[in-house]
Amino acid sequence: MISAPDVVAFTKEEEYEEEPYNEPALPEEYSVPLFPFASQGANPWSKLSGAKFSRDFILISEFSEQVGPQPLLTIPNDTKVFGTFDLNYFSLRIMSVDYQASFVGHPPGSAYPKLNFVEDSKVVLGDSKEGAFAYVHHLTLYDLEARGFVRPFCMAYISADQHKIMQQFQELSAEFSKASECLKTGNRKAFAGELEKKLKDLDYTRTVLHTETEIQKKANDKGFYSSQAIEKANELASVEKSIIEHQDLLKQIRSYPHRKLKGSALCSGEMEHTQDQASQPATTSNTDESAATDLYTCRPAYTPKLIKAKSTKCFDKKLKTLEELCDTEYFTQTLAQLSHIEHMFRGDLCYLLTSQIDRALLKQQHITNFLFEDFVEVDDRVVEKQESTPPKPSPGRPPSRSLEECPIPQVLISVGSYKSSVESVPIKMEQELGDEYREAEVTEMSSFDPQESLDYLDMDMKGSISSGESIEVLGTEKSTSVLAKSDSQASLTVPLSPQVVRSKVVSHRTISEDSIEVLSTCPSEALIPDDFKASYPSAINEEESYADDSEGAIHFQASVSPPELGEAEEGSLENTSSQADSSCCIGKESESLRVPLSTPAHTPSDQDGVVSIPPQRYRQKDQGFHVDFAVENANPSQDNSSEGFPAYELDPERLLASRDVSKSSLDNSDTTSNLSSIASTSSDRTPSSAYPPGPSSERHKKRAGQNALKFIRQYPFAHPAIYSLLSGRTLVVLGEDEAIVRKLVTALSIFVPNHSHHAKPVKHWISSPLHITDFQKWKLIGLQRVASPASAGTLHALSRYSRYTSVLDLDNRALRCPLYRGTLVPRLADHRTQIKRGSTYYLHVQSMLTQLCSKAFLYTFCHHLHLPAHDKETEELVASRQASFLKLNLGLVNEDAKVVQYLAELLKLHYTQEAPGTSHPTLRFDYVPSFLYKI
Amino acid sequence: MLRWLIGGGREPQGLAETIGEEQTQNPYTELLVLKAHHDIVRFLVQLDEYRFASAGDDGIVVVWNAQTGEKLLELNGHTQKITAFITFPSLEACEEKNQLMLTASSDRTVILWDCDTGRQVRKVSCFQSTVKCLIVLQRRDVWLSGGNDLCVWNRKLDLLCKTSHLSDTGISALIEIPKNCVVAAVGKELIIFQLVAPTEESLEWDILEIKRLLDHQDNILSLVNVNDLSFITGSHVGEMIIWDILDWTMQACECNFWDPSPQLDTQQEIKLCQKPNDISIHHFTWDEENVFAAVGRGLYVYNLQMKRVIACQKTAHDSSVLHVAKLPNRQLISCSEDGSVRIWELREKQQLAVEPVPTGFFNMWGFGRVNKQASQPIKKQQENATPCSLELIGDLIGHSSSVEMFLYFEDHGLVTCSADHLIILWKNGERESGLRSLKLFQKLEENGDLYLAV
Repeated sequence: MISAPDVVAFTKEEEYEEEPYNEPALPEEYSVPLFPFASQGANPWSKLSGAKFSRDFILISEFSEQVGPQPLLTIPNDTKVFGTFDLNYFSLRIMSVDYQASFVGHPPGSAYPKLNFVEDSKVVLGDSKEGAFAYVHHLTLYDLEARGFVRPFCMAYISADQHKIMQQFQELSAEFSKASECLKTGNRKAFAGELEKKLKDLDYTRTVLHTETEIQKKANDKGFYSSQAIEKANELASVEKSIIEHQDLLKQIRSYPHRKLKGSALCSGEMEHTQDQASQPATTSNTDESAATDLYTCRPAYTPKLIKAKSTKCFDKKLKTLEELCDTEYFTQTLAQLSHIEHMFRGDLCYLLTSQIDRALLKQQHITNFLFEDFVEVDDRVVEKQESTPPKPSPGRPPSRSLEECPIPQVLISVGSYKSSVESVPIKMEQELGDEYREAEVTEMSSFDPQESLDYLDMDMKGSISSGESIEVLGTEKSTSVLAKSDSQASLTVPLSPQVVRSKVVSHRTISEDSIEVLSTCPSEALIPDDFKASYPSAINEEESYADDSEGAIHFQASVSPPELGEAEEGSLENTSSQADSSCCIGKESESLRVPLSTPAHTPSDQDGVVSIPPQRYRQKDQGFHVDFAVENANPSQDNSSEGFPAYELDPERLLASRDVSKSSLDNSDTTSNLSSIASTSSDRTPSSAYPPGPSSERHKKRAGQNALKFIRQYPFAHPAIYSLLSGRTLVVLGEDEAIVRKLVTALSIFVPNHSHHAKPVKHWISSPLHITDFQKWKLIGLQRVASPASAGTLHALSRYSRYTSVLDLDNRALRCPLYRGTLVPRLADHRTQIKRGSTYYLHVQSMLTQLCSKAFLYTFCHHLHLPAHDKETEELVASRQASFLKLNLGLVNEDAKVVQYLAELLKLHYTQEAPGTSHPTLRFDYVPSFLYKI
Repeated sequence: MLRWLIGGGREPQGLAETIGEEQTQNPYTELLVLKAHHDIVRFLVQLDEYRFASAGDDGIVVVWNAQTGEKLLELNGHTQKITAFITFPSLEACEEKNQLMLTASSDRTVILWDCDTGRQVRKVSCFQSTVKCLIVLQRRDVWLSGGNDLCVWNRKLDLLCKTSHLSDTGISALIEIPKNCVVAAVGKELIIFQLVAPTEESLEWDILEIKRLLDHQDNILSLVNVNDLSFITGSHVGEMIIWDILDWTMQACECNFWDPSPQLDTQQEIKLCQKPNDISIHHFTWDEENVFAAVGRGLYVYNLQMKRVIACQKTAHDSSVLHVAKLPNRQLISCSEDGSVRIWELREKQQLAVEPVPTGFFNMWGFGRVNKQASQPIKKQQENATPCSLELIGDLIGHSSSVEMFLYFEDHGLVTCSADHLIILWKNGERESGLRSLKLFQKLEENGDLYLAV
């Protein structure tokens, strides 16, 4: 029994307020040398590249028919961001790699101009001179006044980190597609409006001309036509023709959405677009149908003009701006989407990847993830899940696997984007103003010596150097259906192991000062029409293979695994490869795409010997979830080394594996951890759904973590308070100062389990007396203490309901709550923790809580624990079985069991609820005595 | 416990016995607050094993699921507060299987409801005064309404007969006794009416006043049938009279619940005596042996055989006890104006811890069959023997205002209703947890997620 004097503070408040927590100095031999560049403000992850811009940005460029490539705008629109980076030069670069020559105009054999609804093309390119790598998304917009009615644009995500572009390719592609789709929809709307106007003009002109002709006819009854009359008649005829042409164009543009919707099952465009709209200003929140119908309705108030006979297609006219080309609403939306993208991909790649893995793992824990995750994100995820597109049928990919088959998390990192092979991709390189076309061709070689092919490629490269431009296409991806059609399944040339690519880049730098490396292109959903292909018979065929024809995917996966790790695994690798029939192994892997560990691509020639290792550590399970977890958790004082991998912890083998991985990936400076590459292989989901959290929530977490850390260090009775929160006993934070109370409530809210996805049961500030319903609704309440007698009611209510609450009195620095003697909270909230940063502590808490969730999950779903084995079994027996399970198997002592029991109740309620979030769970409580803790 | 918080000044006013936060025998570790009413909830009626209905001053009737706390129906029909509420047991002969209930309101209407559909079956609005009590005589298949007069109705809500105007205060309670009689409490008086069913001679129903009993000194607050032999009345000044059910004579009378006892703290007693409502008898409940009376703030257990109080708790609550109920396991639940519900257990008192019972309690007037001589040995026996005691084993704190009534479900726990507009469902947390697990695995099975590893 602890009474107040026993817990009198180890510390005094003042000390902490004045100086941050000082930890004892480490002995010399344990200290780690500081990062040498730390004084320059650089972090170990900063790329010391030659980039001239401070951080990633988005550039929108246009290939103007008047002035050539020109930058239009950047996001963020801040000159500090791109610094001295030459936007004009880079616009030229990115506009010149548009593979997707948009073709509009009079096709041979067609009487009328035909609009080609070209799909966007997606290209990755690198410019070593500028130190910039870019994901480039080309699109064309329609403009009645433009040459061939089209205006080529491109949006580029520019980053100094090549791997970021490469590995986030899919995500970038998906996000930019959304933006592009938005822009194009707005453009179609505007274009249709323009056509309507033009038609009215033409109609009016026709009427005028007609009357004039009639007048002339009447005036001239001599029986022959004057030249003037003939001219008028010709004019009339051309107007008629023009009307027909424009009507045809209007019909084409209007037919677009239907065609597209019919054409592809997962036409993200319009649908996602409208979903986007819902979250954006209400003006555009109309449904698909209504959007489609009123999208092209013309504006009523328009007075037609007479159109001069002579066409005004000359260079002195001013071209429409991007904003004019697009409906304003859509334009703003596009900008919003682009800045969303900019936010989304901000930060280090390693961070992005981690959070993606995190998210993907969380998504899998769909039964428990509501407990401690930020509900906004979870909400997002739920929505995403609903709209997530079905996996593309890919010959190289396994059909979606059931959970029992692959218990490893389904995380897709960019690997997917490399694993297709290449077929005839027409590449049109435009230099300067695009008049000069240089067409290179790599002849198709479906069966050839890889080394030779490399040589061949090199040769080709050298050839290009002579022109002063070295263009290296590092990878392309075609849409899967094209891939299926393609005869050659040869894999792509260059392995994307960071090291290898780097070395390659370096070598090219030596060769050419001015090199563009096209790293990857992906006209992904774009199906190049057959006729279009035919019109470019002399396209570059970038096809070569290092190994088997069909094993492209494996190469890239293999190369993703970090070399250091690969070396560490060398021994086991050789063993396995000697044991297993390698060809068989490869065959198997090509089906499952499961390559947990494989040889790194040290040199291109090594690629011959790529052997895929069947999964050895990640044992496949034949159950959805299995209960044979380790008892090693029974030791509650285990260290935290495995905390990062709570999902695996229950299987000792996995635990070991994940520990290994965590260690080795810690050793790695490289961001592509083994875990991620493994995880990615079994994925069949598009990772685009994984939004990294916005910066605001990040800041919020950081601050919450910081304040929680402060609380733990300041208050020696933090443990019982946190225990109250975890066990579902409402904690009332009582104080006079609203700001202080709110701050602490926010900090402590990270320990509060949610009831559902919808709302965290936290009330930050309340000044009216509490009611019994409040305890049912809220598990953490900030309560105002008023000095006036009016507060008597508040306090009276508090004391009346004292059995349901723990009360933390900030003004008196006292806590009244039940006793806690467990071991869980001390690990969760150690006041002597070495963690200093708020965000780190937040993550620590999250990982501990996730661990707790998995325990609760096990406890909840263990059949034999809750149901009597036979009819005669008494309730007491069942209860004792539960108690022993909690104690022996889950390693929970004393009050810790109550935490898990409470979480289990929440899980049960959540699982059995018909409509989630409709009702509050019942208020559960225990008749346990409370104790007063005071500093 | 929270004195540090409140500031150390005020003592909690309650003089009642308190129990700490550690209540190992209290099974109710889970609660669910049900919100539907906008005013005081006064009545709770059990409909079947899993449903109950609530009604109160807001004039609405709500049907609830006692297991889930789900609101099943809301019945709107009355414009003013509801004054009486009973279920109308359906007859076996009747095809209509739906459960019916009757509500009376101060808007001077009575409505017959179908509790399964929420339909308003019939409505009577020809009353001269507010109906304050309702009673169904199942054998005759009629029901009686008591206001300023007594009316007899059949199932179709046709008025069969009525009495003349009885009094302006109206009938406060009605019970059925044998021989087609009913007892009505009207102010201080008990009036016995006989119902005359139609015979060959007369086709009319009739109701006749047979007798008036004028033994109470003050208004009669409670009137219950105890068993086949007797009924009990309790008055505002604490008189409890046991009547013979057949000849309506007084069998026993207790009228000195408030009698100051030398053993008790005098201060306390003076305080008690100052408030007359401290001794008013609000409610009775009974089992085979005992009558449990809510007298003022106290609880008394009166043994029918011994004709004496065998256990008491003089200040069971901080304020008047409004309702008591006996649970099967020798437990007693009481609710009070102080907003608390307490659970008591009737225990045989240990020899050493004899609580002195005021002798005044056991003074009895021998009326009827009870003679004075008989009471003497009993008194002696009482003083020597160890009477039982009421031990507080738990309290339920949830309501912020007076708890008007409660309802006990064997399977689902306890339902309390209160003047704070809330209804609280108190449940046994462990049992609920088990039920939820059961539901979970059922759902798993339905979803096909559960299979046995062979």
